Amino acid sequence: MQLSTRHLLGIKELLPADISLILSTAEQFKEVLQRPVKKVPSLRDVTIVNLFYENSTRTRFSFELAQKRLSADTLNFAASSSSAAKGETLLDTVNNILSMKVDMVVMRHSSSGAPHFLSKHIPAAIINAGDGINEHPTQALLDAYSIVEKFGTLKGRKVAIIGDILHSRVAQSNIHLLNKMGAEVVVCGPPTLIPKHIQAAWNVTVSYDLRETLNWCEVANVLRIQLERQNQVLFSSLREYRLHYGINRALLDGLSKPITVMHPGPINRGVELDSDVADSHQSIILQQVENGVAVRMAVLYLLSNRNNA
Amino acid sequence: MQTILTNSAYLQAVADLASVLLEKHPGLHNTVLVGVQQGGVVLGWDLVREIKKQAGVAELELGLLDITFYRDDFRTSVLAPDRMNIPFSIEDKSVILIDDVLFTGRTIKAALDVLLDYGRPERVELLVLADRKEHRQFPIQADFVGLSLTTSKNQKLKLIRTEGGELNLILRDS
Repeated sequence: MQLSTRHLLGIKELLPADISLILSTAEQFKEVLQRPVKKVPSLRDVTIVNLFYENSTRTRFSFELAQKRLSADTLNFAASSSSAAKGETLLDTVNNILSMKVDMVVMRHSSSGAPHFLSKHIPAAIINAGDGINEHPTQALLDAYSIVEKFGTLKGRKVAIIGDILHSRVAQSNIHLLNKMGAEVVVCGPPTLIPKHIQAAWNVTVSYDLRETLNWCEVANVLRIQLERQNQVLFSSLREYRLHYGINRALLDGLSKPITVMHPGPINRGVELDSDVADSHQSIILQQVENGVAVRMAVLYLLSNRNNA
Repeated sequence: MQTILTNSAYLQAVADLASVLLEKHPGLHNTVLVGVQQGGVVLGWDLVREIKKQAGVAELELGLLDITFYRDDFRTSVLAPDRMNIPFSIEDKSVILIDDVLFTGRTIKAALDVLLDYGRPERVELLVLADRKEHRQFPIQADFVGLSLTTSKNQKLKLIRTEGGELNLILRDS
C-alpha cells in the first residue's frame, strides 16, 4: 500500500484509499506514543525543513514532535527572523535550503497555493501545513482520526462545521475529507461568514440556526473567529457573535442528545466556545492535539520514500 | 510449489514446540510470549492454544510485535504497518519471541530493536516453526525450532491459510 501522491498539498488531491491508509497508519503511531520509548527509527536518515511563513504554535510543535519521534533531522525556519525579511523570494529560499540536502518540506504560508507552486519547481516532498484560506490537510486528517476514534467510522456521521467558514482552510479541508469518506456535513454561521455558493459547489447543507444544527449533528467542529483575516466588518461585535453563534453549557444541555465538541485551536474563550463547554467531558479538543502528532507521523512516514522521486 | 507441512503436520509441530517450551519454562513462570507480525502471530495464537491445553492454564496472553517502523530496507519501499500490541510489561521477564520462519535474521534483529523500546527483559529466546539455516546474514539463532530445512536463497517459505481455513507451510520458487 502506498499513497497515490508524492506531496500532501490538500485533501482535494487525495483518494479515499489514501485517507484510509493515513488514518490506519496513524493508529499504529498512536501506539508508539504510548510506549516507554516513544520513538521509532523509521526516518533516521531523512532531513525535514519546517518553513513557517505564518505564525503557528500547535501545528509547528506537532510537526516538530512528529519528526523527532520518527528520528528525522529537522530544521526550523520562521519568516520573521530569516532572509525572507530581506526580500528573498520563496523559491530562492527553498532552493538554498534544498542545496543543503533536505528531503522534505513542511510549509505554512499566508498565500493560498504557495505549496502547490513550490511542488512544481522542487524535487522534495511537500506537506502543506496551511496555505492562506485554501487548505490545512493535516488538521482535517487529525479531526477525522479523532472522530473515528470516538465513533468507529466516518461513513454516515453527522458533522456540523460552525463559525467562520469564509476564511477557514480548516473548514475547506474538513468538507473535502468528510465528503470523500461519506459523512454528512452541515455548515453553520452568520450569512456573512459563509461563502455564497458553497451549497452548490460542495456537497454541504447551509444553516444559519445554531440550535437546529446542534440538534441535528453528532459532532460539532467549532472554528475560531479569525479576526486577523477579516479586512471588512462581517459582524457587528464579538458580543453579538457570541449571542447568536457562541456555544455555551445551557445550549448543550438543552439539546435532544449529547454531542461531541471539537475545535482546531486556538480557542477564543467566551466567543465561539465557553470554558464550561471547551473543558467539559463532551469536548475532545485535547485528544485532537494528541492525535495530531500520530497523524503527522503517518503523513511524514508515508511520504518519505525518496525512491518515488 | 511444495507443501512442507500439511495442516496436521503443522499442528503436530506446534504441539511438539509447546511441550519443549514448557519443559524449559514450567508453567511459563515469569515468561511472556510475543509473536512477530504476521506469520509469527498466527503461529503464536496456535501455540497459546496448545500451551493452555498442555499446561492446563486458563489465561495466556500473546503480545503482537510489528517491525515495519524498524525495517532496514526502508529506502526501497514504504510499507503500511500491522497492529502492534504488547499488553503486559516485559521488564525482567523471559520473552519468547515467536516467528514462523527464520531466514536471514534481519526480521529478528529488527524485532529485538522493537522489544527493547518496551523495556529491559531478563532474556529473549527465539522460537520458530522453520529454520532456513544456511541463509543467515546476522549472527542470530533460534532456541526452539520446529524443523530445519535446506532451501535455495530465492525460494519463499510461508505459512499459508487455505480457503478452508487450514494452515500449510508452503515452499515456492519465486
